[in-house]
Amino acid sequence: MLNRKPGALAALTVTTLSLFGGISAVQAGDLSGAVKIDGSSTVYPITEAVAEEFGSEQRDVRVTVGISGTGGGFKRFTVGETDISDASRPIKKSELDKATENGVEFIEIPVAYDGLSIVVNHDNDFVKTLTVADLKKIFVEGNAAKTWKQVNPAWPDIAIKIYAPGTDSGTFDYFKEVVAGEGESIRSDMSVSEDDNVLVRGVAGDKGAIGFFGCAYYFENTDSLRAVAIDGGKGGVLPDKGTIESGEYAPFSRPLFIYVNAKAADRPEVNAFVQFYLENSPALAEEVGYVRLPSEITELAKANYQSRKTGTQFLNEKGEKVHGPLAKVYK
Amino acid sequence: MSTISTTPPSAWPAGRPRSKAARRVRETFIMAGLIGCGAFSIATTLTIIVILGVEAFHFFRLDEVSFWDFITGTKWSPLLGAEKHFGVLPLVSGTLLVTAVAMVFALPLGLITAIWLSEYAKPKVRAVIKPVLEVLAGIPTVVFGFFALTVITPGLRWLHEGFNVYNAASAGLAVGVMCLPIVTSLSEDALRAVPRSLREGAYGLGATRFEVSIKVVTPAALSGIIAAFLLAIARAVGETMIVSLAAGNAPSMTVDPRSQVQTMTGYMVQIFLGDASNFGPEYYSSYAVAATLFVMTLLLTVIGHQIRVRYRQVYE
Amino acid sequence: MNDTAIKHAQPRGGRFFRDNLFVLICLFAAGVCIATLGVLLASILIQGVEHLDGRLLSNPPSRKPDKAGIYPAMIGTIYICSVCAFTAIPLGIGTAVLLEEFKPGNRTLARLHGFVQLNITNLAGVPSVVYGILGLTAFVEMFKLLGNAGDPIWTLGTTDNWYYVQLPFGRGVLAGGLTLMLVVLPIIIISSQEALRAVPNSLRHGALALGATRCQMVWNTTLPAAIPGIMTGTILAMSRAIGEAAPILIIAGIVYITFTPDHLMDDFTAMPLQIYDWAGRPQEAFHRVAASGILVLMAILLTFNAAAVIIRQKFQR
Repeated sequence: MLNRKPGALAALTVTTLSLFGGISAVQAGDLSGAVKIDGSSTVYPITEAVAEEFGSEQRDVRVTVGISGTGGGFKRFTVGETDISDASRPIKKSELDKATENGVEFIEIPVAYDGLSIVVNHDNDFVKTLTVADLKKIFVEGNAAKTWKQVNPAWPDIAIKIYAPGTDSGTFDYFKEVVAGEGESIRSDMSVSEDDNVLVRGVAGDKGAIGFFGCAYYFENTDSLRAVAIDGGKGGVLPDKGTIESGEYAPFSRPLFIYVNAKAADRPEVNAFVQFYLENSPALAEEVGYVRLPSEITELAKANYQSRKTGTQFLNEKGEKVHGPLAKVYK
Repeated sequence: MSTISTTPPSAWPAGRPRSKAARRVRETFIMAGLIGCGAFSIATTLTIIVILGVEAFHFFRLDEVSFWDFITGTKWSPLLGAEKHFGVLPLVSGTLLVTAVAMVFALPLGLITAIWLSEYAKPKVRAVIKPVLEVLAGIPTVVFGFFALTVITPGLRWLHEGFNVYNAASAGLAVGVMCLPIVTSLSEDALRAVPRSLREGAYGLGATRFEVSIKVVTPAALSGIIAAFLLAIARAVGETMIVSLAAGNAPSMTVDPRSQVQTMTGYMVQIFLGDASNFGPEYYSSYAVAATLFVMTLLLTVIGHQIRVRYRQVYE
Repeated sequence: MNDTAIKHAQPRGGRFFRDNLFVLICLFAAGVCIATLGVLLASILIQGVEHLDGRLLSNPPSRKPDKAGIYPAMIGTIYICSVCAFTAIPLGIGTAVLLEEFKPGNRTLARLHGFVQLNITNLAGVPSVVYGILGLTAFVEMFKLLGNAGDPIWTLGTTDNWYYVQLPFGRGVLAGGLTLMLVVLPIIIISSQEALRAVPNSLRHGALALGATRCQMVWNTTLPAAIPGIMTGTILAMSRAIGEAAPILIIAGIVYITFTPDHLMDDFTAMPLQIYDWAGRPQEAFHRVAASGILVLMAILLTFNAAAVIIRQKFQR
């Protein structure tokens, strides 16, 4: 193992250089130490890809990426157990309080856009477009539709089977917010799994099934699933890169985040990893099926990270949730 | 030999201690070490009971749950819905459904194979079958889970399209295959422990091999066979990896093996893999479920053990 | 089932016909057993053979199935199983010796002795997932009495030392290995007891008659005679530890790890977990990787089983 101190100095120099020189300067490969990451299974593919690429340059840095769901990740992050937390939603008030209580400060970094895809089985030839009202009929508790016929009389009398991500996932929170809103809740007789793979397999195997999860998993599995166009009032829109980035695929596109522990960011290996993440996440996010952020936001994120701007921008002073598109909220 | 912790690191002066006092001190230490080993197993049990008990107690102290609702409730929805329901019966019924499918497969097959191995098979055949069973017994459960997912489920769905992608039947069959070697080898042990004289007496009276096996040997070994069955059931109830891969995540009170269910173990994996963030009721509920599972398997093992002890007394 | 067999046969009559019919049923049952194993192995071989190459053994896991490997998981398994072996074997044999060789004459003690014995039988029946919860609470979190793993209250050495220990342990190799120890301990105890029970009493009496103390008798006479049996049981128990996934899943979860553990508190993943991860993914390509991983795992287990058989045969002579 290398001695830490000279390594740290070198890394600092290198990473400062890298700001101007791009990622090539980080390739010194002389760092060691560990970067612990846990959190959302939706962000996992990006972080896994970044970790894999980072690992081929910095062989001695030991990156671990866990899957515990956004909430599960924050649970460990807010007590200082992990350095970075993957999150498919902004941090919540309760989690922020926990972090403050434990003296954990963090930097919030958006890394990509994710469309939330509503998918059905390939053999399902009747559902082409769904409106938010249709989704309410299917997903909201209290006389939820049991068969497709109950949603739309033109559709056949086939039982609806729902595959949904775990309630602790950002994906679920997001879906709930859009479909159920305040005061209502999502029905409970669904098959729930934190592992999106389980959902893909479930929907792919059942003609009457419907499911929802991040677009990345849909893009990866287009041969076994079919996405449903969402009618947000301006006709049906299918999720793809263009419609998600432009916000046309409303209301189901949302940003993904990583949260970096500010104290950990002072460690050269964590710093190098985050730098690497910021430089490479647009390309890698696209590779694993997400949509890259507009370059203004990426640049903003880099600047914020550099100045170590801590705290979240998605909660106001009163701890209330701030709504609106990323470009407006994230400063 | 150096693996025995309770001996001093220096070589034992084979039976020639320098002084009686030194020997006494050493042997006191050894005894203390051995008693410590015994105490460790007791401590393990106590810790399990304390952890499950304390956390389950926390759970039942919460406002939204009551012990009575827990053991009689027919709705389990800790993660979804406006109102959370903590009735453990759907999880228990899921577990029992998977176990039932497994046992319908494993018990008859295992018992017949055991009778055949013990009463009929030639030594050469035994020499082939026994290792096959040993290999089966040594296969990790995650492999059976993979088998269920990639072979049994597609097979069942090819036979009948009513099967869900995740279903109790597929998981149950895989659990059955897993239990097969346990049933077979324990039942065979019981059958072979029946004294020869019983068989010889029956043959002497002109019985066929079938009559000897079924009417004489099997009844004589019945307690051992039942013990084997109970142990297999306990294994099936506690099996985790197969059901979490193949049985699904939808708790429901159903007896249809084609539908998906969630077992107690499956729920525990779901919670500990991160579905529950805070220390809310759903997190503590997993301890209550674990306690239920623990009590169920404990009962099965204790009864199985008692039956086996009794049978040993008969033939020794 | 006996009853159904009889019902099948009765209407036809003829005791010897019934006998022959039962032979057929038996052959069918045994055939199903062998066929199941055959199908299982064949399906895994067919799916797994394609990906089974040097890359699988030497690569870290990857998001690309054709680059994915099992190396860190393999080393992780070796680490946790070593921890498990170093703790479970002495503890297990110690308990077995206590139970078999030091049976108390005193009535209260005898009752305690019986209680320990019953307790071990019950521990053997506890589902492994429950041991996972025990390990999580007792080893990883230390009952939450000692702070959390990110901020240990006590450390020994630094993370550069392989023996680095902190309290609480966190989700490291030591916690994983100790949890596996809990799972296999009853198995080792029971099989060691059987091995000790098989040692003829005449050997014990001989040693005692020559003036040996109980300890000396055990060390010089009983244990050496029982070693083959103990080793066989221990090896089989360790092969159980290698394949055990549920308790490790509770402790460590599914983690992307590209390195091998440096010290006792380091993060790890194990082969069964890696296989579970791959098997759960929807892409066929990852199923094939999972099958290859299973082949590697099975190869290791078969080696262990073969070693057990060889030891048994060698010492039986």
